[in-house]
Amino acid sequence: MFEYAPAPESRSVVDLKPSYGLFIDGTFVDPTDGGSFKSINPASEEVLAEVAEAGAQDVDRAVRAAREAYEKVWGPMPGRDRAKYLFRIARIIQERSRELAVLESLDNGKPIKESRDVDLPLVAAHFFYYAGWADKLEHAGFGANPRPLGVAAQVIPWNFPLLMLAWKIAPALAAGNTVVLKPAETTPLTALLFAEICQQADLPAGVVNIVTGAGDTGRALVEHPGVDKVAFTGSTEVGRAIARSVAGTRKKLTLELGGKAANIVFDDAPVDQAVEGIVNGIFFNQGHVCCAGSRLLVQENVADRVLESLKRRMAQLRVGDPLDKNTDIGAINSAAQLERIRELSDAGSAEGAERWSPPCELPERGFWFAPTIFTGVTQAHRIAREEIFGPVLSVLTFRTPAEAVEKANNTPYGLSAGIWTDKGSRILWTADRLRAGVVWANTFNKFDPTSPFGGYKESGYGREGGRHGLEGYLNV
Amino acid sequence: MSERVAVRKTYKLFIGGKFPRSESGRSYLVQDANVSLASRKDARDAVVAARAAVKGWAGATAYNRGQILYRVAEMLEGRREQFVALGLPGDEVDAAVDRWVWYAGWSDKLSQVYGGANPVAGPYFNLSAPEPTGVVAAVAPETPALLGLVSVIAPAIVTGNTVVVATSPTQPLAAVTLAEVLATSDLPGGVVNLLTGKITETVPTLAAHMDVNAIDLTGVTDAELAVELEVKAAQNLKRVLRPAPVDHDWSADPGITRMTTLLETKTVWHPKGV
Repeated sequence: MFEYAPAPESRSVVDLKPSYGLFIDGTFVDPTDGGSFKSINPASEEVLAEVAEAGAQDVDRAVRAAREAYEKVWGPMPGRDRAKYLFRIARIIQERSRELAVLESLDNGKPIKESRDVDLPLVAAHFFYYAGWADKLEHAGFGANPRPLGVAAQVIPWNFPLLMLAWKIAPALAAGNTVVLKPAETTPLTALLFAEICQQADLPAGVVNIVTGAGDTGRALVEHPGVDKVAFTGSTEVGRAIARSVAGTRKKLTLELGGKAANIVFDDAPVDQAVEGIVNGIFFNQGHVCCAGSRLLVQENVADRVLESLKRRMAQLRVGDPLDKNTDIGAINSAAQLERIRELSDAGSAEGAERWSPPCELPERGFWFAPTIFTGVTQAHRIAREEIFGPVLSVLTFRTPAEAVEKANNTPYGLSAGIWTDKGSRILWTADRLRAGVVWANTFNKFDPTSPFGGYKESGYGREGGRHGLEGYLNV
Repeated sequence: MSERVAVRKTYKLFIGGKFPRSESGRSYLVQDANVSLASRKDARDAVVAARAAVKGWAGATAYNRGQILYRVAEMLEGRREQFVALGLPGDEVDAAVDRWVWYAGWSDKLSQVYGGANPVAGPYFNLSAPEPTGVVAAVAPETPALLGLVSVIAPAIVTGNTVVVATSPTQPLAAVTLAEVLATSDLPGGVVNLLTGKITETVPTLAAHMDVNAIDLTGVTDAELAVELEVKAAQNLKRVLRPAPVDHDWSADPGITRMTTLLETKTVWHPKGV
């Protein structure tokens, strides 16, 4: 591979404290019945900070603070003023974007070029977009007087920590709700920096509360009788448990869960563009993407050509230091996730698929997995059915468009899909038949605050983004 | 001269466009008639029929679906007196006819109201449009037996879903008579399937069924049963419409939530360029 000199982004822009409390009612407080845990840099395994773990009492305190803020301040506040707070937050995020991007890469392991060029711009854009809705809800198409729900309990994953926070908090606040948000236990730091941004914006106390912790904290939050709304992004397994736990309550539920997206390449697709899309689809963010194009369906007569080109391209991917500006693939987020990727990849080999990775030197410390493809995969293989959530692509072939659609839809998931062809009518024909909430044609992994995102079937329900994203936070 | 002996009607299930008896061979006496007592197997058969009908119905044009729903209104209007003879208030029958007409008009309008072009920050065509979720299981309200039933069926099917409905257990005759209306309205078989009998017998099977995409619990009045059904529905993450409040006003404007809860939004992106 062509050698580049190291181009590391400086960490000095981030001023980490040794420990962080819970953000409740506008201030950082110590937990009353919880403990603490450490957040580490997955690229080096160094401890970044010690973070409070919220117990049930802490969660209760946060929900009460959110309720009080909802009833006394945020609920009665005119929409135009809520809007101004959200615009203010959007601006501070833009102003402090370097700091947030570096911290995101440190805590999550994703390449700085992704946190800098994808995550942070989208985070700011999300707040900016929903800020504008706060005083226009009666025009959003949900009737003359849509009302907020109250207190929203929000639980988010570790793959896009700050972006998932923005997807949750921006529409909730714009609609007039207050929130208690639990970030993932491996990536709590940017959410805590966001809490400082809320202070800097003079956001009224209790409107945003951040409770850090793991599964028990999340369970206490979504099962708290004082919340009116539950929003969750994460695994289908946990999503199911949450759907059961809100049964019979008044809680409105939106779920954004797993995926096993098909990326379909027809024989007339421009190969170079398709290969870029395949690489982006599965290796973006180390494949820690619920909508990743993890099943490549390539038309049989061009499979050899596409695979040859794909392998050549994969050999150019740079795996390593997330803070290096040339890095394409960063660290796997945690030891547990690395173990899951290894286990499923081993199952792929054991079940008879052929495994290939480019020659690739991995750092000694930290959690790493080389970009990997499996060929000769059948629909029965685990790697074709289960979400790997890592840089592992399963390649299947098809002969006819009908077969492509049938294979693409042969999954309990339905979050996203990709189509690569030069023929317009084939794009529309295929898109009509794919049971997926987002279909990228001749592109992949594109996101925008105006564009609704969410799944069919067991990928969850409700949409985030756009006018649709407001619906989950209004009594409509 | 002796008085003419009337020909009585046999009230049966409505599955896949046909009127079968319950496979269990059971019936129950209600409203002076022996009505089929649907079994769990009937519920599963109804899901198979509903699934088979999805492709054609969801694939029909919105204009076509709208015309068929309007045709249902025409047929119902013509049989008004039959429903009155079953003891239903004339006003309720009229309201049910009007409800079909109201929903018929939605078929080719909801996509524009609920979807649209998204102004993304980049050179992309980006369009969101609603699609039917698939097979919907529904529990019709106990009362009003006809208007409630129509208010559950029409919002589900107008967008291209197919339904399996557990009808009012105490007033099933209106439901079976409505099936006769549906069977003569060019509605493809399997789009609407009606199960008479006990809710506790058929609906748990529907709630747990892995080939059902959504469940409408509108007519469930037992709170414990509602929780049980919602828990079962979570197994494959069915979309859920929770039970209607007991004082729900069925004559009020239904709004669009009943339709939109049973829809999926699909967003398609494509780059722009020369």
